Amino acid sequence: MSFWLLLTVNSITFGGLLFLLSAGFSLIFGLMRIPNLTHGSMFMVGAYLGTSFLSGALGFTLNFWAAAILGALEVAVLGALMERLLLRRLAGQQLAQVLVTLGVSFMVADLCLMGWGGDPISVATPEGLGGFVRAGSAVFPLYRMAVIGIAVVFAIALWLMLERTRLGAMIRAGVDDPQMARVVGIRVSQLFTIVFGLGAGLAGFAGMIGGPILSVYPGLDQDMLPLALVVVILGGTGSLLGSFVGSIIVGFIYNFGQALLPELAYFVLFLPMVLVLVLRPQGLFGGQVL
Amino acid sequence: MNLKLVAVAIAVVALVVLPYVITEPYYVNIASQILLYAVFALGLNILVGYGGLVSLGHAGLSGVAAYGVAYLLAAGYGHTVAIAGGLAAGLIVTAGFAALSLRASGISFIMITLALGEIVWGLAYRWISITNGDNGITVNSRPAPFGQPLTSAVSFYNATLIVFLLAIAGCAVFVNSPFGAALAGTRDQPRRMNALGFHVWMIRFWAFMLSGLLSAVSGVLFVYYNQFISPQALALTASAEGLLMVISGGAATLLGPVVGAALVVIVKNVVSAYISRWNFMLGAIFVAIVVFMPEGLVPGTVRLVRAAWRSAHRNRSGRPAAAPIAEPKP
Amino acid sequence: MSRRISRRSLLGGAATGALIRFPAPAIAQSAPIRLGLLTVKTGPLAQGGIQMEQGALTYLKENNAMMAGRKVELVSADTGGNPAGAKTKVQELVERDKVDVILGPLAAFELYAISDYVRQRKMPTLSLAAADNLTQRTPNPFLLRASSTSSQAMQPLGHYGATELKLKRVVAIADDLAFGYEEIGGFQAAFAKDGGCLVKKLWSPLTTPDYTPYVAQIGDCDGVCQGLAGSNPLRFMKAYADAGLKYPVATGEVGGDDALLKSFGNEALGLISCCPYSLDFQSDGNARFIGEMVKNFNAVPGFYAAGIYVNCQVVDAGLKAVGGNLSDKEAFMAALGKVSLDDTPRGPIKFDHLGNVIGTFCIRRCGTEGAKYGLKLWNKIVKTYENVSQFWTWPENEFLSHPVYSRDYPPLTKC
Repeated sequence: MSFWLLLTVNSITFGGLLFLLSAGFSLIFGLMRIPNLTHGSMFMVGAYLGTSFLSGALGFTLNFWAAAILGALEVAVLGALMERLLLRRLAGQQLAQVLVTLGVSFMVADLCLMGWGGDPISVATPEGLGGFVRAGSAVFPLYRMAVIGIAVVFAIALWLMLERTRLGAMIRAGVDDPQMARVVGIRVSQLFTIVFGLGAGLAGFAGMIGGPILSVYPGLDQDMLPLALVVVILGGTGSLLGSFVGSIIVGFIYNFGQALLPELAYFVLFLPMVLVLVLRPQGLFGGQVL
Repeated sequence: MNLKLVAVAIAVVALVVLPYVITEPYYVNIASQILLYAVFALGLNILVGYGGLVSLGHAGLSGVAAYGVAYLLAAGYGHTVAIAGGLAAGLIVTAGFAALSLRASGISFIMITLALGEIVWGLAYRWISITNGDNGITVNSRPAPFGQPLTSAVSFYNATLIVFLLAIAGCAVFVNSPFGAALAGTRDQPRRMNALGFHVWMIRFWAFMLSGLLSAVSGVLFVYYNQFISPQALALTASAEGLLMVISGGAATLLGPVVGAALVVIVKNVVSAYISRWNFMLGAIFVAIVVFMPEGLVPGTVRLVRAAWRSAHRNRSGRPAAAPIAEPKP
Repeated sequence: MSRRISRRSLLGGAATGALIRFPAPAIAQSAPIRLGLLTVKTGPLAQGGIQMEQGALTYLKENNAMMAGRKVELVSADTGGNPAGAKTKVQELVERDKVDVILGPLAAFELYAISDYVRQRKMPTLSLAAADNLTQRTPNPFLLRASSTSSQAMQPLGHYGATELKLKRVVAIADDLAFGYEEIGGFQAAFAKDGGCLVKKLWSPLTTPDYTPYVAQIGDCDGVCQGLAGSNPLRFMKAYADAGLKYPVATGEVGGDDALLKSFGNEALGLISCCPYSLDFQSDGNARFIGEMVKNFNAVPGFYAAGIYVNCQVVDAGLKAVGGNLSDKEAFMAALGKVSLDDTPRGPIKFDHLGNVIGTFCIRRCGTEGAKYGLKLWNKIVKTYENVSQFWTWPENEFLSHPVYSRDYPPLTKC
């Protein structure tokens, strides 16, 4: 019994983490029509920066949450810069943009290796969230429950932003029909930069939040990027609800796949992605057809 | 035309005498690696350059062939059966890839091939009972075609060179054939081709199969070169490196993938002795090429050389230099 | 180093093993000796790889980069912790950098991948990596191992678990690689010999971001045996504690490594490990070694650093025995096989006829008592096994008649 319960809690937690990672990916994909292959790298950089802030790189140590937010802001700036300097030069050439993100991911991975070394870095669980709560025979690790909470908070915040603010309306317009959006007077290029930065920042934040669970190591980007891809394809690009549901589904497949079908663990993870791409390309919640 | 033939003849001769000029076996091995990766890049280029379909899963195809060879050898079969089995496995998986991914094009195609490549990698990584997982499978011996053993660096290079020359000749024939022209047509104007009565899906499918065949051949060479195969060879990074070779050298050219392969292999093996962060260099070169020289190194250099040649001529004859040549759009 | 041993033994007078008399070098060679180090600086195993380099550099610094009167150069290569990388780097070291001796590699599956190559090239290799069979059923004459086979540390642990911890039903988890299979196999065989039984074997990939899916499968037992390497034990113990599990955990030479003590938290309290090297081991050689490591790198050594340091001591001793002359590789390997040292950081060592070490293995328990060098946790030695060979208490012939420990051997039996 505790096997199923522990894995279910862990699946939802992992799903929450994936949501934080994929929400940005989905927005970028929906708006700019490109899979941002540096998204895993942004996740990793946010985590690395967070660990540096935690251990006092600024001359004083920050607490966990401040480190996460500061790291996320830095990554957001980096993302916006990359969009402005590299991707905007190739406006309209989606293929070239994808290739550029591929090349940049190689560069970022090596820079992280240079900066933080090859040794995995453990991230201590933040104060007060260590340990677990016991309910009968069931055990709920505190931090993992907190991650679920954080994911829900961000989901609501993002939804509010998209539905209730002007920026959100512009983003939704850009996702639906960029040409019409331009005609109506929306500065789509500026929007691209903002959304790219926002997406990167979210990914960076997710990286630090995931730190106490996954730790930070070279290759983290290669491990997380395919997961973000699966989530977004399953859920539908540009769809927030799709990202949320897709993340939970992938969280379950990942955890139960590893435990029950270890030999086919990656097969069961990517197979749904292939099936959706072939049978229902707009995803479960109807993004635009690619 | 004659100049081209002479250039080709000189190049072939240079490649043939290379192992006798460079005596260090380490560098002869590097040359073998360049050639086998060039075969891989040529295969990928058929889809990417001539077909306009960018794949991020091709390392899975060459990997399947490599694993096929290793598995059959470990099971006790001889080299002929192993090579045939490896190529067959590679072709079967290619057909599967093609059937699934050709329903889409553009960005979708990239995503599907990426996912399929990851599936194949995931099976190689975790299906321990067949693939031995991360421990990999060791290949104990190399084949001895026509009685000539391939154990030394020079002999292996010669065998690889023969395969490479056949591959590039085959590609040249393909590109200049009606099939090649039709493929280029589906890249540039798929709807018009359809309207003209060409079966776009079938053309793309057979191009994919040809591409898969070359990938499988390079996989067989790879496993005999290293005498070892592990899941790393099928990872996303390996497919990305293949793409790097094609794009940086020049997609839709014959020489481009070869130059790209040489670039990546040399940076990986030779430059890495001096610069430990060679991955960064590779990525930076790639980004620079995509942004500034999107047609690739080979066409880009040709363009620059021609521009320099023409401006030198114009200046000599006293007329003002011509305006710079417009950059072809990718 | 050798000069110090002779002086100390003359002055102190206590020598439990044979001592080599080192003849003065007959030939003064001017060319430097090149040592190639196959290490891992990227990925989950980097923890150990970085230590390997530090261990080698510590030895060279202590001896002014000289062995047997010749200058020594160290060439380091990062294999990335996988067999393909190991193959590439060993070729570079041998063909491009022209090394004379290879130290390392780190991982068992890397050693299996390069074994044929170093044998063909007659390249003396002092391995840190385990890989049982290369000193058992398919011995490589150019391989010498001063650290431990994968199972050499786990067999005493199995015995200890059954006889002193009184465990009966154990769940095992290890990395899904040759090293993991051989570790668990060794534990299982010795544990079963003394009346214990393995309930389940879990294999996790080398890169496992989250151990919870595996921790969830641990139950119906009275103890856990883990055979994880590199930095994986850190994450596993955390996930284990987070899931509220309280069974005693026992591990081998790398799962509770002293170098990890600075990164472990309270989840490691009570961890039992069996290791050929311990910070807690009292000897002059160890005290000196720890002092030098702390001085040079501000880091306490663990199994990996000590392993390479001892390998360097062995190379030095072997070089002196052949007078610094490396032209006859077979003679050099023979001299290495005869090396017997008393004052290493891990105590006295000698080699069996297959090139594997016979030495001391200690069982330690992790706690706060006795912590030094600024650490909060300390692995205290609770039992010492001396003269442990790779065959444990089985006769060599009987041991070799069984297949090598693998994913399926020994098979699981009903408990």
